[in-house]
Amino acid sequence: MTGHVDGNVLAGPLSELFRFDVTTASARCVSCGDVATLACAMVYVEPASLIVRCRNCDDVLMVVVQEPDLVCIELRGMAWLQVPR
Amino acid sequence: MGIISRGFSGRSREHNPDLPPGQYLTEDFPVLSAGPTPSIDTADWEFSIRTESGAVHRWDWDQLKSLPIEDVSTDIHCVTRWSKFGTSWRGVSLDTLFADVDTNYEYVMAHSYGGYTTNVPLEDLLDGKAWIAFEFDGEDLDPEHGGPARLLIPHLYFWKSAKWIRGLVMMDDDDPGFWEQNGYHIYGDPWLEQRYS
Amino acid sequence: MTDTDKPSVWKVGVVAETRTETASGRSIVLDVPGWGGNIAGQHADVRLTAPDGYTAVRSYSVASAGSGDRVQLAVDRLPTGEVSPYLVDDLIVGDQLEIRGPLGGWFVWRPEIDGIEQTGPVQLIGGGSGIVPLVAMIRSHAASDSTAPFKLLYSVRTPDDAFFRSELAEPSRGLDVTWAYTRRAPDGWARPAGRLTRADLEARTFPANLSPAVFVCGPTGFVETVANSLVELGHDPARIKTERFGGQ
Ligand SMILES: Cc1cc2nc3c(=O)[nH]c(=O)nc-3n(C[C@H](O)[C@H](O)[C@H](O)COP(=O)(O)OP(=O)(O)OC[C@H]3O[C@@H](n4cnc5c(N)ncnc54)[C@H](O)[C@@H]3O)c2cc1C
Ligand SMILES: [Zn+2]
Repeated sequence: MTGHVDGNVLAGPLSELFRFDVTTASARCVSCGDVATLACAMVYVEPASLIVRCRNCDDVLMVVVQEPDLVCIELRGMAWLQVPR
Repeated sequence: MGIISRGFSGRSREHNPDLPPGQYLTEDFPVLSAGPTPSIDTADWEFSIRTESGAVHRWDWDQLKSLPIEDVSTDIHCVTRWSKFGTSWRGVSLDTLFADVDTNYEYVMAHSYGGYTTNVPLEDLLDGKAWIAFEFDGEDLDPEHGGPARLLIPHLYFWKSAKWIRGLVMMDDDDPGFWEQNGYHIYGDPWLEQRYS
Repeated sequence: MTDTDKPSVWKVGVVAETRTETASGRSIVLDVPGWGGNIAGQHADVRLTAPDGYTAVRSYSVASAGSGDRVQLAVDRLPTGEVSPYLVDDLIVGDQLEIRGPLGGWFVWRPEIDGIEQTGPVQLIGGGSGIVPLVAMIRSHAASDSTAPFKLLYSVRTPDDAFFRSELAEPSRGLDVTWAYTRRAPDGWARPAGRLTRADLEARTFPANLSPAVFVCGPTGFVETVANSLVELGHDPARIKTERFGGQ
């Protein structure tokens, strides 16, 4: 797929793993310090993975690899994730 | 398994002995777009190989193009499950580029413009198995597909064929690159379905 | 809510109705036991499974809003697509479809929040099938008798490419609809066909000094251009919410 989509698209895949709606959570980018709602991140959708990038500096915030029998999330690009209660 | 969708077959996934398991055949050339496409002017382009001694072998665009150029016709297999048969490329063999490189290390980290990395054993780059490719289907390789030049290692899943290649750094150990740190398999043999680790 | 009603759980929807909306798109009404209603602007994930177990998942915005287990989607066919041609051409009434949702709590409009009616101006800007979540907001606005001023700017290729055309042709109270055509405008239309420009946005949407909540939805390129122009026109980026559908 060529164009990226918004972080909104993470809502379904990550609902399998988290009890909260990740798209309304905010995260701080390790590389540039930008703080944004995950819904505002840029997501590159591939058949088996979602590459989530900072809207400000393009760096990778999170990678979600999905296979029938596993989900792997890499979160090193975030300093923290803040979840509204 | 969920409910079957009546009449849905998805992209055709025919059985073909040349097709690794779990792959489907495609006629077009899908783009694995994990991020923005870097634009690199060939005037600024440079490719290098760095060894453990600190020695750096460099080629600019004209130097690369003045090396012996090979025609490569090969099947390619993407981890996102498409395969494409008989693709034609032109590029310089890694055997040529490694001819004067003196190293005892057995692993390589490939670095790309735009910051990606991927790891490969040196033996997978030599003996006519890998190229720095700059032409696809008779045309200059376009930036979406890794132009001006990409690594081409057809016997591994295509993410190992690093787009926008900038250089190779010799490594003592098989350290994981960007994709491999993100759950992709450290080696990536399509015939063994080494997609994820 | 029981466990099987959770948004994260795949549910089985049954196609209750389909309607041709454009030459390339149609709307699909599903009965999804356990859906339990949704906020305007949310989306669903749809999963198709082939006989050999192969699955494909795609996201679709929900055109309906409010309570209940009826869900309306509207899908545009991408000729080379894997899922959209199936949804537009093959699915028939009575077919089952796996669906997960409602999803996403950010690209949404609520008539009231914590019991307080939302009265601030709302600017909706849609391109092509990007109208889907915006229609849900328009329906929610009408159903709640909201007094929030609503404006819609809807960009389509030709008059025949508009989703929910007759519904939008008779806007509900408090809604102002402006059409823009990119390829062919109706005869006698003042604005020549062409892509939305900054000047169009300036002339046809709420100005930045009213601080409208702005929702932009459509193909990625469309959303990008519109959102950038809005920022240039002085809108606070934090007031602009986007939903990119993909593509160029
Ligand atoms: C949150 C969200 C909500 C969405 N809501 C809707 C909706 O309400 N209605 C709707 O019709 N679609 C919607 N989409 C898009 C939808 O999810 C699919 O991407 C679309 O239907 C194409 O799927 P496909 O399997 O047919 O095409 P694919 O097989 O995935 O792609 C085929 C080709 O089309 C290109 N492509 C992918 N998406 C687009 C696009 N949007 N425009 C142009 N080219 C594209 C790809 O680059 C690819 O080359 C939404 C997307 C998201 C992320
Ligand atoms: Zn950043």
